[in-house]
Amino acid sequence: MNKIAKLFVTFISAITLALVSFTSSFAKVEGEYIVLGSAISLTGKYSSNGVHTQNGYNMAVDRINKMGGVEVQGKKYKFEIIYYDDESNPKRAAQLAERLIKQDGVHYMLGPYSSGLTKAIAPVTEKYKIPMVEANGASRSLFTKGYKYLFAVLSPANQYLEVAIDLAVEKNGGKGVKIAQAFEQDAFSQDVRLGILDAAKRTGSEIIIDDKLPKELNDMAATLAKVKAVKPDVLVVSGHTKGALTAIRQISEMKVDVPMLAMTHCDAAKLSKQHGKKSEFALCASQWHKNLSYKDKFFGSGKKYAKDFQKEFGYDPPYQSAESSAALLVFKDAFERANSFDRDAVRDALVDTEMQTFYGNIKFGPGGQNVAKPMILFQVRCKGDDCENRVVAPTKWASDKFYHPIPKWSERS
Amino acid sequence: MLMVQASLDGILLGILFALIAYGMALQWGVMNIINIAQGDLVILGGYIAYTIYLWGIHPAWGVIISPIIMFFVGWGLYKLVINKVVDRDLFISILATFGIAIVFQQLMNFIFGADVVVAQSEYGTTMLFDNSVTLPNSKIFSAFISVLYAVALVIYMKKSRLGRAIRATAQNARAAKILGVDTEKVYAATFGINAALCGIAGALISITLTLHPYVGLPYTVRSFMIVIVAGLGNLPAVAVSGMGLGLFEEFADYILGTEFRIGAVFMLLVFILVYRRFKLSKKREYLK
Repeated sequence: MNKIAKLFVTFISAITLALVSFTSSFAKVEGEYIVLGSAISLTGKYSSNGVHTQNGYNMAVDRINKMGGVEVQGKKYKFEIIYYDDESNPKRAAQLAERLIKQDGVHYMLGPYSSGLTKAIAPVTEKYKIPMVEANGASRSLFTKGYKYLFAVLSPANQYLEVAIDLAVEKNGGKGVKIAQAFEQDAFSQDVRLGILDAAKRTGSEIIIDDKLPKELNDMAATLAKVKAVKPDVLVVSGHTKGALTAIRQISEMKVDVPMLAMTHCDAAKLSKQHGKKSEFALCASQWHKNLSYKDKFFGSGKKYAKDFQKEFGYDPPYQSAESSAALLVFKDAFERANSFDRDAVRDALVDTEMQTFYGNIKFGPGGQNVAKPMILFQVRCKGDDCENRVVAPTKWASDKFYHPIPKWSERS
Repeated sequence: MLMVQASLDGILLGILFALIAYGMALQWGVMNIINIAQGDLVILGGYIAYTIYLWGIHPAWGVIISPIIMFFVGWGLYKLVINKVVDRDLFISILATFGIAIVFQQLMNFIFGADVVVAQSEYGTTMLFDNSVTLPNSKIFSAFISVLYAVALVIYMKKSRLGRAIRATAQNARAAKILGVDTEKVYAATFGINAALCGIAGALISITLTLHPYVGLPYTVRSFMIVIVAGLGNLPAVAVSGMGLGLFEEFADYILGTEFRIGAVFMLLVFILVYRRFKLSKKREYLK
């Protein structure tokens, strides 16, 4: 009896296994739906940006489906996304990527939020040869590993603040400047730092403070005291939203006078809202701003996108949402050019992508990073107590002149 | 001047840490529980202050409102979870409070969102030595309030009935029980007082530093360290070791570089533990 039972169990498991592999081989396209998968941070420390990312994806899926969907071999298909919550945890994200690919049979992936999680997922998608278009992993190390199935619509991290150094040098009459910098010790911020090192070398600038902030730190007083003592021309800070908020709080409290202050994550930190006038004149790197003049037929202009997004989700879209929406446009374009659901055909089509979206031009370099779109810089400017971000560089889209140098605290009201 | 700035920054920050550590020392001493959720209670207190700030009330009122709410949170937490682990192994209490920490983090994330937030006190800055040393008034305020509450608590512990009961329970719970002390109530009150202290510290952090649902752990670790160095039930030592730690951290930052700041603190902890063991082993030589 026991033997029969064992045999039975084996038989059932074999059938289940066969079924699983059977379904997965067809699950990439189910009926009229092209199924994409994404692990996304809906809980945990990245959950707010994770939600921005998801909203961006959903907005684009709705829009593309409403406007006729994706046409492959004369048939119209719609997008559908399977999401799993990765709890902002890289290990979990990698597991979920496996699950999406092996159990749910997903053949095309959208990226998670943050460089760290993208780094965790990329080896998995690479192993199974699954094309992944990601919109929120900017770390340079993603693009130097020779990944063949990874495509990023955003500019790599090392480009974030290079423009700021160029701007400072320009204001200094083409001569090198003295740079003080403080970066958090994580993949992204350290890549931003590498960009600054390159820019410093290129422009003959000198780095006089080079602090690495521990991840759990929310006090920069020591770094700022040093900055006060050595008086650099530029202060560069990058440490996600916590870094941006801490920097502004302590710079204003300690009355640190620097002619130029460049940061990342001002947008996500809602800097101008949380710190108001104290954040004025801060220069921030951004992937996108709604005032840029790029266009596409799905969302129209950046301004139109921002308006529609506001209507749907009730807040102004941060760049994290815009770039996520762009990822879907890239996928649609690639499917239609490949005119097939073959993974490698889609991958090859992605390699040849050259298009304009409301978010910017997209063309992938050999490492998979977007090489067609520059970073932009905006500066926080206030009228009374009302502060907003205004684009100051590159000059092509600048709505305002770059204000330099920052007035001393003693002269600020 | 740089050294003056570093010293003052360190001391002001240290006083705040000492307040959190005092709460930890209190309930560790009385209940023999290491509360891993200490930092998360701090952050929750901070969010209470931040919430009243959003309502348009000055966040400094948080140092009164937040401890009141947090006292009941602590009391409830005791009745719900802690009373089941209070007489058990230390390891069980660490596990239980670790669980509480995770639940609190997720709840705060759910209620307040994962964004980093700050409350604005608009207290301005005190400038010394021709502007070369600057002290944010919010930090001075926070140090002042910490000292005020700590002193008030010491007096309360000495003079009041409950304070005496708490001290008696800390010395010998069984004896206290035999002599008619309701130790169950004492434990609940102790945990409540600890949570209230965390509430005050949290409110002060909301105006001096930043809040985020997941930054609680560093506060737990710091207060743990301060208590280890100072020993239990010794408030002056907690205050001195708190300030000392703050100072040490700032100076490590200047001399070794920011990247070694936390590392230096842990090195110090290892050094102190080894040194203590060395000293103890000398004293107890006859035992071997």
